Amino acid sequence: MGVKVGGKSRKANANGSGRYLELRLYVAGQSPKSLAALANLKKFCAEHLDGQYELQVIDLVKTPQLAQNDQILAIPTLVRKLPAPMRKIIGDLSDSARVLVGLDLRDKAGAE
Amino acid sequence: MMRNNKNGKGSLRMKRLEKSPTGIAGFDEVTKGGVPKGRPTIVCGGPGCGKTMFALEFLVRGATDFNEPGVLMTFEETSEEMSKNVASLGFDLNKLAAKKKLVLEYVRIEPAEIQETGEYDLEGLFIRMRHAVKSIGAKRVVLDTLEAIFSGFSNTGMLRAEIRRLFRWLKDHGLTTVVTAEKGEGSLTRYGLEEYVSDCVIFLDHRVTEQISTRRMRVVKYRGASHVADEIPFLIDERGFSVLPSSSMRLDHEVSNERISSGVKDLDDMLEGKGFYRGSSILISGTAGTGKSSMAALFAQETCRNGERCLYIALEESPAQAMRNMTSIGIDLEKHVRKGLLRFEAWRPTQSGLEMHLLQIHKLVEQHKPATVIIDPLTSLMVSSTDQLHSMLMRLIDFLKTQQITGFFTALTSGRNKEIEETDVGISSLIDTWIFARDVELNGERNRCLHVLKSRGMANSNQVREFLMSKEGIRLVPVYVGTGTVLTGSARVAQEARERAESLLRQQTTQEQERVLTGKRKALEAQIAALRSQFAQEEARVTLVKQQEEQREREISQGMLEMVGLRGGARRGKIGARNGKMGVEHGS
Repeated sequence: MGVKVGGKSRKANANGSGRYLELRLYVAGQSPKSLAALANLKKFCAEHLDGQYELQVIDLVKTPQLAQNDQILAIPTLVRKLPAPMRKIIGDLSDSARVLVGLDLRDKAGAE
Repeated sequence: MMRNNKNGKGSLRMKRLEKSPTGIAGFDEVTKGGVPKGRPTIVCGGPGCGKTMFALEFLVRGATDFNEPGVLMTFEETSEEMSKNVASLGFDLNKLAAKKKLVLEYVRIEPAEIQETGEYDLEGLFIRMRHAVKSIGAKRVVLDTLEAIFSGFSNTGMLRAEIRRLFRWLKDHGLTTVVTAEKGEGSLTRYGLEEYVSDCVIFLDHRVTEQISTRRMRVVKYRGASHVADEIPFLIDERGFSVLPSSSMRLDHEVSNERISSGVKDLDDMLEGKGFYRGSSILISGTAGTGKSSMAALFAQETCRNGERCLYIALEESPAQAMRNMTSIGIDLEKHVRKGLLRFEAWRPTQSGLEMHLLQIHKLVEQHKPATVIIDPLTSLMVSSTDQLHSMLMRLIDFLKTQQITGFFTALTSGRNKEIEETDVGISSLIDTWIFARDVELNGERNRCLHVLKSRGMANSNQVREFLMSKEGIRLVPVYVGTGTVLTGSARVAQEARERAESLLRQQTTQEQERVLTGKRKALEAQIAALRSQFAQEEARVTLVKQQEEQREREISQGMLEMVGLRGGARRGKIGARNGKMGVEHGS
């Protein structure tokens, strides 16, 4: 599929937080929004996810056929595949509070 | 300079007018070629107006009939739903997709699962569109309810910019596009899409008047091309979308001088002995039970007997019932149905709106290709206002005339006498031959009478005839016109019987006189024969006397010769010849 960036393998999920995220970021080539989204996401993951995630970056310019599966319209789109239900966050992910809401991590973030 | 400019403009115009046929029955005719080629067209209307059907047929016909593969991008229904929905119309989307003639791209928008953060655009949509178009080399695109994206994203400014970009992209790639859009309050589309698509806007309407739904289409805008701006009826049925071709406003259809029999010899006699003109429209109107349907059935039978096809549309009876009833007057229509010459179609007039009827008739005519079309009765269609009926009939008659099809209609009139003729005036101008049937009540019985009210282009009879139906068929007998009265039914029969008796008597007298004359002639001839024989006897006797006389003269001259010989003259030889001289010599 796409390019795996960052994150740890499933085996690393042993620190007991119980929330493991499978994320996909859909981008279109090297567009400014795509680049911004990727940078913002990396930062977000480092700050909030503590390695409990797996991220795939899918460049639709290279693999347009992948857009249909996750019903991608907007670019960039971040998809939380797991845990279910699927969630989508569109935009350059510049507002990390909204990303937390979008990924349904708010409660946990609030607790921290 | 000016000239160059002009030429430039001209070529631009030519380009703009290029059209792409949709393959939708009637639509290409109305728009004179279809939708603008390589440009987007908006099809808008309320829910259930048929816009998706229009778009789909445009796509499917393109793929099957014009070898133009297409992309269907649907925003509201899933591909499977869509395939199922149109399978009922005989479109197999999956098969077309397998043959790489069609790409089904379902775009699902679920606002609940989307969170917006920061800037984004719809590049994903573009990527999918590009990919779909490229994968099959599409020439056509359908965006079914593109506006659904407005519900998924809050940034309308961005959406509008992206829609504008999408349309430009479609145009740049020469894709003939149909975009469907929901009707808005006071505007053509809810989100004002028409401002992005300025080439062609089609508005579909679905309205219900008097419990009957009618569908109308209107070409709101067609840049660079003349178009019919009227509301045009259309229909969606098991064969897809069809637009009713507008009636030609010119009266320039070809006419035929060929005459065809009405199936009733006596009626033909009333029409110069030749019957109707081929391609004319015939109306037979009258009150209930005046034999209109029977005339129609006879006409149908006559058509089939001549080996031609007939389309019989019954709006009151089921085919089986109508055919059974006709056997009572000796008409076997079933035989012709089996042979495939007669097509019997029946439906309830209240089943649908006028346009639907008209379209159904159009379709049947196209399928069956009849020489004659019978609608029995036409008045059943008068469920809506007469205005509508008038325009529908005009279209129908126009349509039949252009195809040289003879139309035979019956009309039921409710009133009596003069009123009847007046109520029908609305359609009388469209009718070439109008036969009027009515019943006359006299001497405790009702009798059917019939006359030809008008018949264009022929010296029709002005007689009122009595209409007699029996197992042997129909006879139109001249009514008895006596001393100031017109007699029909038993009164006529009685009068005729009286006349027959009188005539018999007269005949007998004549025969007697003839016999006497013959006798006289015979006697005279006998007399003549007797006189002749008497005369012959007389003649024989006279001849005998004559012969005897000659004999005697010969004997006398013989005797004189002998006397001369006895006297011994030298000129003995000549003595007989010179009797006179002999006397002179004798004296000197």
